[in-house]
Amino acid sequence: MADNISVKDIIKPENLVHKRSSVMTDNIMHYCPGCGHGTTHQILAEVIEEMGIQQETIGITPVGCSVLMYNYLDIDMQEAAHGRAPALATAIKRLLPEKYVFTYQGDGDLAAIGTAETIHSCNRGENILIIFINNGIYGMTGGQMAPTTLEGMKSSTTPYGRDVKLMGNPLKITDIVATLPGTYYVTRQSVHKPGNVRKTKKAIRKAFEYQKHNKGTCFIEVVSNCPSGWKMTPVESNKWMEENMFPFYPLGDFKVPEE
Amino acid sequence: MEKELRLMKGNEAIAEAAIRAGTDAYFGYPITPQSEVLEYLTAEKPHERTGMVVLQAESEVAAINMVYGGAGCGKKVMTSSSSPGVSLKQEGISYIAGAELPCLIVNVVRGGPGLGTIQPAQSDYFQATKGGGHGDYRLIVLAPSSVQEMADFVELAFDLAFKYRNPAMILSDGAIGQMMEKVWLKPQKERKKELPAWATTGKTPDRERNIITSLDLDSYKQEQFNIKLQEKYREIQEKEVRFETFQCDDAEYLLVAYGTSARVSQKAIQLAREEGIKAGLLRPITLFPFPSTEISEMANRIKGILSVEMSAGQMVEDVRLSVNGRVPVEHFGRMGGIIPTPEEVVENLKTKIIGE
Repeated sequence: MADNISVKDIIKPENLVHKRSSVMTDNIMHYCPGCGHGTTHQILAEVIEEMGIQQETIGITPVGCSVLMYNYLDIDMQEAAHGRAPALATAIKRLLPEKYVFTYQGDGDLAAIGTAETIHSCNRGENILIIFINNGIYGMTGGQMAPTTLEGMKSSTTPYGRDVKLMGNPLKITDIVATLPGTYYVTRQSVHKPGNVRKTKKAIRKAFEYQKHNKGTCFIEVVSNCPSGWKMTPVESNKWMEENMFPFYPLGDFKVPEE
Repeated sequence: MEKELRLMKGNEAIAEAAIRAGTDAYFGYPITPQSEVLEYLTAEKPHERTGMVVLQAESEVAAINMVYGGAGCGKKVMTSSSSPGVSLKQEGISYIAGAELPCLIVNVVRGGPGLGTIQPAQSDYFQATKGGGHGDYRLIVLAPSSVQEMADFVELAFDLAFKYRNPAMILSDGAIGQMMEKVWLKPQKERKKELPAWATTGKTPDRERNIITSLDLDSYKQEQFNIKLQEKYREIQEKEVRFETFQCDDAEYLLVAYGTSARVSQKAIQLAREEGIKAGLLRPITLFPFPSTEISEMANRIKGILSVEMSAGQMVEDVRLSVNGRVPVEHFGRMGGIIPTPEEVVENLKTKIIGE
């Protein structure tokens, strides 16, 4: 295809196949090359744009790599203490029930320090969307063991690999959340390939639609990579994710409403 | 709902006053001796009365972070707890102060440290007035000494919190929370419909997005923010000091006490005067800002000060700083949930200050 289309033609508006969402700001992202956060931000912004709910959406950022997410999305946002985003979201949604409220949290934030808030907000069936980025590591603090770090996986606090006898097993919190009566839609996706990006975007769209109808908590896990923390190139990290993360955290729906 | 005279517990008065003040939400967790706040609110169905949200959270930690979220939307939001629970809230309180959000936190203090006791104490003074959580911040701290003040201070605390975009605390104790007194309740106020311009209510095209955060990775900006906070606290110190004096005009000796201790001290002054000791009482109503200037002026015409507290001696440090060595300042207090008797106070005034 590149043989019969020139650069001049490629940049013509009518040939545009991908653009930055108008819900994204002009700020330069701080994420490492190859990281899944940027893609997930983009599709989240696209859904908000396509649904026309920019004025109605309030997001909550976590402590972790995505702590500065409010620099990239052009919506009202609150920055929560480590692990507490679902508590903030609970209050915001109950006080402004007509708004769309989502949290965006990493594995350490959501599945370690914030486990209680995660479980209880899901169990109460708060009408919020929780987006859970699982890359099996604490990225921002420099690659320490996360609750989701795989058995044998190296991190800066498991330099010889995670010994489950000593450090416990990787936590499949999405499986737990799916068993709670308060959750309405629970799924696990990824953003490492175009097809997966489309699926994840569709899941986010569905979750916001459900929120409009007060169906309960929607929970989307995105299994992601951390090239810097895993000490791999972006390409290597995606391959490693497919070979190691996906077998333990298989992609797919946990709980899908009957329609 | 009209102005009304009722016989109520201090905790119930706080709850009813919160509904009548037009509070938008309460998030709490049970702990003795303040559980009546949450119990009263759930029984009263304020959602039907005013649309107020009431939710029992999974922990004190979740409750204070719900307060953060609600306050970030510009709503009038509160929580209440007792000492161990308020310790758990400290991280959230620091974030709320750092994000400059207005809210109300009620601490019905019990004896500590640790699980301590469920009986009244005043041993959380340091925690309430010096920060409590991490970082350089202050709360506006109001100390009620009656059930009436429990009710009245809800609205006052919210007014001050919104005026300065700063968390406010009502620092009560188990005695004031549990005892019943008559209380005049104010008429029902409507919940405010207009939300502040800084609140996260959904970004409209006519403004930039609103961000509620306490984070700034740029050290220079973070220092500038801290300087701004300190300026705010100085303004609060200048403008918002509240206190009450009792028989201070001719006093030779001064008792300084707040809350339950102030009630005991008032009786102690009566006993002392019967013995010919000219004692007076200064009762700080705001613990931050502390009435330092007023105590300092008083020190020019009295012989000595006794700080009466149900603690090992916490407020006494602020009294000493106010006086700066000009007259003797000593502390008397009981701990572990014991309320001192007026006789004990007079005895200690004699031995520690008068020198008998």
